[in-house]
Parts: sequence; structure tokens; C-alpha cells
Amino acid sequence: MVTHASVLDITTWFVYVLAAVLFVMGLHYMNSPKTARKGNVVSAVGMLLAVLMAFVHMAFTGVESAVAVVVLILGIAVGAVAGVWSALKVKMTDMPQLVSIFNTVGGGAAALVALNDILTAPVSELSVVLLITAGLGVIIGAVTFTGSLIAAGKLQGVVPGGPVALPAQNSINAVLLLATFAGFIALCVQPEQRVLWSVVTVLLACIYGVLFVLPIGGADMPVVISVLNACTGTAVAMSGLAIDNVALIVAGALVGSAGVTLSILMAKAMNRPLMSVLLGGFGGGDAAASSGDGESGGTMRETTADDVAVQLVYADKVVFVPGFGLAQAQAQRELADLGSMLEERGIDVSYAIHPVAGRMPGHMNVLLAEANVPYEQLVDLDDINPQFPSTSVSLVVGANDVTNPAARRPGTAVSGMPILDVDKSASTVVIKRGRGKGYAGIENELYFDPHTQMLFGDAKAQLQAIIAAVKELVAE
Amino acid sequence: MPSLVIALTLFILALLIGVEVIGKVPATLHTPLMSGANSIHGIIIVGVVIVAAHAHSPLAYVFIFLAAVLGTMNVVGGYVVTDRMLEMFKSSKGEKNEEKTQDKEGK
Repeated sequence: MVTHASVLDITTWFVYVLAAVLFVMGLHYMNSPKTARKGNVVSAVGMLLAVLMAFVHMAFTGVESAVAVVVLILGIAVGAVAGVWSALKVKMTDMPQLVSIFNTVGGGAAALVALNDILTAPVSELSVVLLITAGLGVIIGAVTFTGSLIAAGKLQGVVPGGPVALPAQNSINAVLLLATFAGFIALCVQPEQRVLWSVVTVLLACIYGVLFVLPIGGADMPVVISVLNACTGTAVAMSGLAIDNVALIVAGALVGSAGVTLSILMAKAMNRPLMSVLLGGFGGGDAAASSGDGESGGTMRETTADDVAVQLVYADKVVFVPGFGLAQAQAQRELADLGSMLEERGIDVSYAIHPVAGRMPGHMNVLLAEANVPYEQLVDLDDINPQFPSTSVSLVVGANDVTNPAARRPGTAVSGMPILDVDKSASTVVIKRGRGKGYAGIENELYFDPHTQMLFGDAKAQLQAIIAAVKELVAE
Repeated sequence: MPSLVIALTLFILALLIGVEVIGKVPATLHTPLMSGANSIHGIIIVGVVIVAAHAHSPLAYVFIFLAAVLGTMNVVGGYVVTDRMLEMFKSSKGEKNEEKTQDKEGK
């Protein structure tokens, strides 16, 4: 019987290791758009293997209560239906919210597993190691749970998108964090009062999660989601340490460090230290006050869709600069149609993708890919910038701060942010909903450049007008 | 079974692998990558199964049910949505048209 159990345990162990290897391979395949989809499947196969093995192990070793198994399978069924349904229903523009929601539920699950370990283990088995690992799992999981929920709310527009700050926000957060850990220490010191101290710790951690994300502006949400993603990974790894499971430890650590690396990459793309993003308060308020020094003298030159069509049809090289405004107006397909029409006329068309365009890094790529734009035409910042001087027309659709030449000078709210050198092209057309300012709260000097023409209105309607005009021109 | 020391060693090595693997992914794929990594932490469902094997109190049943719902939603939804995103990364126009006709035939 003993050998039987150990053979099973060793098999289980190696299946979990195999799953972890498949996760690493899956992430590795995501290096290139060609293999990325395969990578996702490889990773999913690893997941399926690990879950099946857990069930097989349970079947061989027996369960203490049949009710638990029924409840477990019921829960999995409900979760699977909810997961598939929401994943298939979501519009590509709302993708960031959904990823954040999946992060919310993951964090919640990790917190529950760890909490269950603390509350239901016999008091005699409550070791310090278990209390510390499970306790950390509970805290990190709970912070992620409420934090990701607020992040999703901000992206969806349910929670105010701008930085919402209480007076002395950072001190309040610091005190809350200390109080959370005080509850955690009390739990370790007085394990016999575990119900009381767990509840206190969970509540404090949940409040901290809300107050942590609330002061961070909507445009910084991608970085926040990535950080919270890393937190969930760490919470899972902690739960894994608590229940002594290799699959949870390795997969959790993998996601944890991957999330942190990704967050740093993103913060770098915005040229802001990760800590300044996380402390919040950027955009709107403070930044608006400094708008005075951007000399917004000069006038904007307005143009018409017909005129833009003429410019495009007789251009040699056209660069589209899409921003979140494009996604908001749901105009990706129109832009892609216009692009392929111009291409058919032998015009060189490319799409300039700023690292933080859209709501998540790479979000714009996904939206344009959905509109069937071949990914070779999507060009990153570093590769497209040298091409602007040879560009006949740059068409900016719903992008603002990422094109502001003021970023090259010190002393403005966008200073130092890498920008697309749109102003270096021979002529620039900006399609813009209104005359409002961008997220950073300052005027875009590009709009007052003599080579820039403004086309005000809804991006979708204006692009349709341009397409119609181009069709007429081509027919003639 | 791993002792805490082995477990921590694995934890640290896995951290390093994570950094190494992500450092090489192009910005184009950051969104699907975030979403893909997001599904991986759904591995917590394995933890839920293990916990369920030892559960025998009503409180534990509630926890298991909630954790199973949340964890499975994370895993299944995460993989499906990542696949939906990656499906859209097409290369040449030829491929694109082929797929379109296939879609029509399929429907």
C-alpha cells in the first residue's frame, strides 16, 4: 500500500512538473505572432494535464466527504460556463476589462484556498510556516481581488477614470497596509483566535486593494493590471507553499515574475518609474495646472474629408497613427479598409503603434488584427520614427499625447515620454472628436503646426466620408 | 513531497524563468501575453481539488464551491479569450481570404 501511494505521488509530481514545462514553453512560443496561438494551446494542455492529475490523485487516495466532490464539480461547471460565455461575448475593445476581471477571480480563488487552509486545518497542525505562507496568500489574493475589480471598473467607466485621491492618500494607504500586516501578525501569534484575525486581515486587505487602485489614473491601468496579475501569481505560489504543491508554486512564481517584468517594460515605455505609476495621481489635476507653459498660440487649420482623400490618393507613403479614440469610435475596420484601398493603388501604408496606444500594451495591435490588418504593417515606435521624414501624409486617428512634440522639451506634463515623430512628415491630418486635451491634460502642439490639418468629428463617420471620397476619385 | 527548502528553491528558480521568458516577447504581443499569463495562475484550481479531498465541514464546502467557480472562470475564460486574440494575428492576405471562405463554408 505504501509503495502504491508513493508511485502515485511520484507520478503526480512529474505530471505537475510537465505542466510547468508546458507553461514555460507556451510563454516562449508567444515570442512571435506565428507561434503565439500554438503557445496558448500548449499552455492550456499543461493546465488540463495538471487538473486531470489532481483528480486522478484524489480518486486513488480517496476523499473524506462526497459532498466536497459534488460541490467541487458543480463549482467547476458553473465557472467554466461563466468563463467561456464571457470570453466569447466580450468585444475586443473591452478586452482589458475582462482580463482584469479574470485576474479578480483568480486572486479571489487564491485567497479562498489559503484562507480555507488557515480556518479548517486542525489547530495542532497550524505551524508558523503554514500561517505565514497561507497568510501572505490571503493578503495578496484579497488585495488583488478588490484592486482588479476597481481597475476593471475604471476601464469600463463604472468607477471614475481619473485619479480619485483622498487627502493624505499615501499616508492612509501606508497605515492601512501596516494595519493589514498587524492583523496578520496577530494571526500568527494567536492561532487559536484564527477566525477573528483572518476576518480582520481579509477586510483590511480588501479595503487596501480599493484605495491602492483608486488614485491611479485610467490610462495607467494597463501597468496596474499587470502588477496585479503578478500579485495573483505570487498569491497562488504562496497558497502552493501552504498546501505543499509543486504545480502551484512553479506556475505562481512564473506568473509573478513575468508580471513584474512586463509591468517594468510598460512603465519604461511611458518613461515613468514603476513606483510613480503605482503611487498614482498622474493626469488631470496636477498636470493640467502646468498646461500654461505650452505656448498654445497659433490657430488650428481645419480641413474636409474630400481634401484628405485627395492628399491620400496622391501620396507615396502614408502612415496611420491610431490611438484609443479609434477604438472608442469602433472605427478599426474603416481604417483597415482605407488602408487596403490605398495599398491597392500602390501606396506604401503602415500603422505606427506607440507602446502605450490603446488601453493595454499591444491592445491596438489586437484591435487592428481583428480588422484584418496584416501584422507586418504594424510598425513599432523605434522602427517607424526614422520613416516619418519620408512620409507624405500621416493620418492621426484618436491619438493625442503620444504625438505631442512638447515631450521633447523639458518642463511639460509629457516631457521625456517617447513620442511618434508625426510632426516630421510632410503633412499631417488629425481626426479628432473635439478640441479637448489629452489624458495628460495639456494642449498638443502638433495641432498648431502649420503642416497639420484638423478634421473634427467622429472617427468612424469621418473615415467613412474619406473612403467614399477616395472611391469617387479612383473611379474618375 | 517537497520540504519547505525545496519548495522555496523551486519558487526562486521559477521566478528567474519568468523574467527570462518575458524579456524576449515583442510589444505587439504584450496584451495576449498578459492574458495568457493570467490564465496560468488559474492553476489554483489544482489547489482547490487538493483541498476538496480533505474537506469535511460546511464552511470548507462553501470555500471550495466559490474557489472552484472563480478559479475555473479564470482558467477557461482566460485561455478562450487569449485564443480569440491570437486568432486575429494574421500574416498575409492570402491566408486571410482563405480563412474567410472557410468561415463561410463552415456556417
